[in-house]
Amino acid sequence: MSLRKFITNKTTAALAVLITAFANTSVFAQDAAAGAAAAPKVDMGEIYKSVIFYVLAFLAVCLFIAIIGKAIRVYELSREAQGKPVGINWNRIHASLFALFLVVGLYGVYWEYTVHGAMLLPDAASEHGKKIDKMFNLTLIITTIVFVVTHILLFGFSYIYKYSAKRKAYYYPHNNTIEKIWTIIPALVLTVLVLMGFLTWRSIFFKTEDPKNKPLQIEVTSEQFKWSIRYPGADGIVGAKNYKLTTATNPLGIDFKDLNSRDDEMADEMVIPVGKPVKLILTSKDVIHSFYMPHFRVQLNTVPGMRVFFEFTPTKTTAEMQQETNDPNFKYLFYCAKICGSGHYNMQKVVRVVSEAEYKTWIAEQKTYLNDDLRKQFNLPGAPAPVKSVADSAAKDSAAVKTNQMALNK
Amino acid sequence: MSTIALHDEHNHDHADHGHHKETLISKYIFSMDHKMIAKQFLITGIIMAVIAMGLSILFRIQLAWPDKNFPFLETFLGKWAEGGRIKPDFYLALVTIHGTIMVFFVLTAGLSGTFSNLLIPLQVGARDMASPFLNMLSYWFFFLACVVMMSSFFIQTGPASGGWTVYPPLSVVAKAMPGSGLGMTLWLVSMVLFVASSLMGGINYVSTILNMRTKGMDLWKMPLTIWAFFLTAILGILSFPVLVAGVVLMVFDRSFGTSFYLSDIVIGTDILPNEGGSPILWQHLFWFLGHPEVYIVIMPALGISSEVISVNSRKPIFGYHAMVYSLIGITVLSFIVWGHHMFVTGMNPLLGGVFMITTLIIAVPSAVKTFNYLATLWRGNIRFTPAMLFAIGLVSFFISGGLTGIFLGNASLDINLHDTYFVVAHFHLVMGSAAIFGMLAGVYHWFPKMFGKMMNAKLGYLHFWLTFIAAYLVFFPLHFLGLDGVPRRYYAFTEFEFMKKWLTVNVFVTWAAIMAALAQVAFLFNFFYSIFKGKVSPQNPWEANTLEWTAPVEHLHGNWPGEIPTVYRWPYDYSKPGHDADFIPQTVPFSQTMSSNLPHDFEGNEEAEKIQQEWELANPVAENKG
Repeated sequence: MSLRKFITNKTTAALAVLITAFANTSVFAQDAAAGAAAAPKVDMGEIYKSVIFYVLAFLAVCLFIAIIGKAIRVYELSREAQGKPVGINWNRIHASLFALFLVVGLYGVYWEYTVHGAMLLPDAASEHGKKIDKMFNLTLIITTIVFVVTHILLFGFSYIYKYSAKRKAYYYPHNNTIEKIWTIIPALVLTVLVLMGFLTWRSIFFKTEDPKNKPLQIEVTSEQFKWSIRYPGADGIVGAKNYKLTTATNPLGIDFKDLNSRDDEMADEMVIPVGKPVKLILTSKDVIHSFYMPHFRVQLNTVPGMRVFFEFTPTKTTAEMQQETNDPNFKYLFYCAKICGSGHYNMQKVVRVVSEAEYKTWIAEQKTYLNDDLRKQFNLPGAPAPVKSVADSAAKDSAAVKTNQMALNK
Repeated sequence: MSTIALHDEHNHDHADHGHHKETLISKYIFSMDHKMIAKQFLITGIIMAVIAMGLSILFRIQLAWPDKNFPFLETFLGKWAEGGRIKPDFYLALVTIHGTIMVFFVLTAGLSGTFSNLLIPLQVGARDMASPFLNMLSYWFFFLACVVMMSSFFIQTGPASGGWTVYPPLSVVAKAMPGSGLGMTLWLVSMVLFVASSLMGGINYVSTILNMRTKGMDLWKMPLTIWAFFLTAILGILSFPVLVAGVVLMVFDRSFGTSFYLSDIVIGTDILPNEGGSPILWQHLFWFLGHPEVYIVIMPALGISSEVISVNSRKPIFGYHAMVYSLIGITVLSFIVWGHHMFVTGMNPLLGGVFMITTLIIAVPSAVKTFNYLATLWRGNIRFTPAMLFAIGLVSFFISGGLTGIFLGNASLDINLHDTYFVVAHFHLVMGSAAIFGMLAGVYHWFPKMFGKMMNAKLGYLHFWLTFIAAYLVFFPLHFLGLDGVPRRYYAFTEFEFMKKWLTVNVFVTWAAIMAALAQVAFLFNFFYSIFKGKVSPQNPWEANTLEWTAPVEHLHGNWPGEIPTVYRWPYDYSKPGHDADFIPQTVPFSQTMSSNLPHDFEGNEEAEKIQQEWELANPVAENKG
């Protein structure tokens, strides 16, 4: 009875809707055909944007599913009425679907590894980064094996041991030996990973400084939504800062009473010499940001009120990397990885890794943070002989010495 | 809000067996019956889940088509999507509220709240919770928390938008972003209400399990669901207060000028007076809750799937004791791993090394659980009910998400993966997929117990397959974005040359997410339709052993009409050799199953063993049992 009602009401309604839908699409098609003579293409953009289009499409799908559902029901009822066994063996269907999912899924994983896996970051461009990559590859191999094996077991068992009225499950509540084995094996594998990870971690963060190869200090300060880079100048030391000294002319709050600060230089991009250790000093003015330089496997949050350090050694120049990646536009970047406000998604700076000589030329061209306004503000004597764009580092050194002497005389 | 609308139609029945007159209000709104409170939790949880899913679709649209306009967005969102494009600040609000709702309101309250409330009294054999009044308060605090959280969408400056972890100073300094104004205050108020709710619930669960078990139900006869809820409640009781402490300090910082989390801050050129605090302190307090919280989310799901897998494989869960011990192991370890969220936050690197060790140790009990699930399926007789499908899906997601956790738990690898899409993919596999699947498995399995009706199985099948496939399509590719160094919470990928190659992947992921969202319509329709029009449930629809299926289908206050049944055996006697049926409920004494008793069953009770031996001598045929 209800079936008949359904047929009279819903199917007719469904048919009506479907016919209307087809009628409409054919109208569009005709329009398109008609329009083809005059204009090459009808703009469907507006239609794809209208919500009603998608709502109707979804309702049509729902209707389709409802019709299939009813058809299955009718089939099952008719089998029942004829006294035949239940029409559809859903257990078998799901078991097969799991088996299919396993095969298609494993292929999907393979596809992802090869296609998307080929779109990833190039090999690490820093010394410690190579260790991280090695660690990563080892973990990837182990986890992939476990992933594939456990999934084969999971979906394989689901397929093999599907329900059958003739069979009874095997009563097997526990087996302490097996359980011990699969406690100990993961524990051993993880011990290896932990040890390797721990040693790598230590080698990254606990470095003994080589007095002959002192790292280049670079201070990076984050704020919403930009980075400021400070090079140490001739003395090789980034000077003191105090946030209370922040003004419009001294946005970083550099304390120029500190002699080390006076020769500190500003830079628009981070240029570093290849093969020389760099010690990043990371600070923040306002909220927490994260200094993220993925090509070098470097990341550390910048936290207001804290100075944190990350030491690394770049191993490949930008030019080498451009060749390696076959991309002439390749650039090293660092950017923000910690949510920091509306501009979080666009907070980047370019990093250039260059030869020692190129670096020397470049650094000599950079301006100091200390300018005439700041001199007045800090009651420092006037500027020494201008050292504008002198590419000779010796001249610059002498300038630095002069500044120091002046400060001493004060 | 919904509970009123949903239930007022069928309050005409039930009047016959209420021992005191129940009004609409006392029965459906301020109910103290654990079964009703469970339904309230579930339906509120489902509504919040739908809202949070909707939010996720909104920001997925922005990610997939960052330079297209969608006029309908302006219709719904007004000034937050002027010209049909979501604004960056609102984008961040969307991800923040999506995360908060999903983690706290759906996967904590919606999952634990629903199933602990429903199952603890029914499975341990109690008439109700230890304190029904506290239980009612627990729901209403949760409801208030939801209302307060949602109200932040209706204020001028918009909801909190500093990410669900609300790291200060971003969340504390109102000038840092619009969402850190009133929206953040509402977030904090909501969170305090939520924690109060969760504590009241947790204390109730623990005391009920410890004190109100029926005769014969010793701890080692409890189903794994109860063990999971028990340990989850303990985790919550010990960790949530720490969050409140952190939240109170944050309220002080925001509203009363203290400096617990603030120091040395300059917004533009405006120097803030705060001195001496540390933003890292918040991270410690937050993650001291936050990490146990993810186990609060996953453990009930694991408990539910243990039960569902055992029932539908028609096999005892493999290694019951190992399952319990690994849950205990996870519980204990989860308190000493929080630092793995902070490897690169400037925490002392020495601590990072220690936290890495503890973190990777926690993978061992998780691995044991996985292998035990697989062993349970082995040589089972698997019935693919919708609940079973979701439980198998859970195991798959738990494996996938667990394995990616090994990368992130390794401090060295975390340097480059921290705060990238790899993290997003990882926790969406374990929380967003595995825990949600556990919850759905629970809903399909215990729907007959909750509403006395059956859900439509075929719609359940459709729901499972669409969701299972779509969830993998959404979250698997995201790992690769993370491995390419794409950070999370980016409003658009347009500003970076290297991210542009991921735009097509983003479009694909968004379509998969829309498919997953639409698949939930099958569930929602099935759920609400079956409440009213579903087939009436038989007494024990899944032929399960646990105690709740001995309670009458028609709900009554106090659960069992006569005496509470006594428990004689563990809950997993499925397909026991020698017994004619493939299940023996916990209430069946060994004297009625002489043909299937094993020496182990008597736990060293010599008299019982003697009786069994005598019986076996008298019935030699029984030796040939199958």
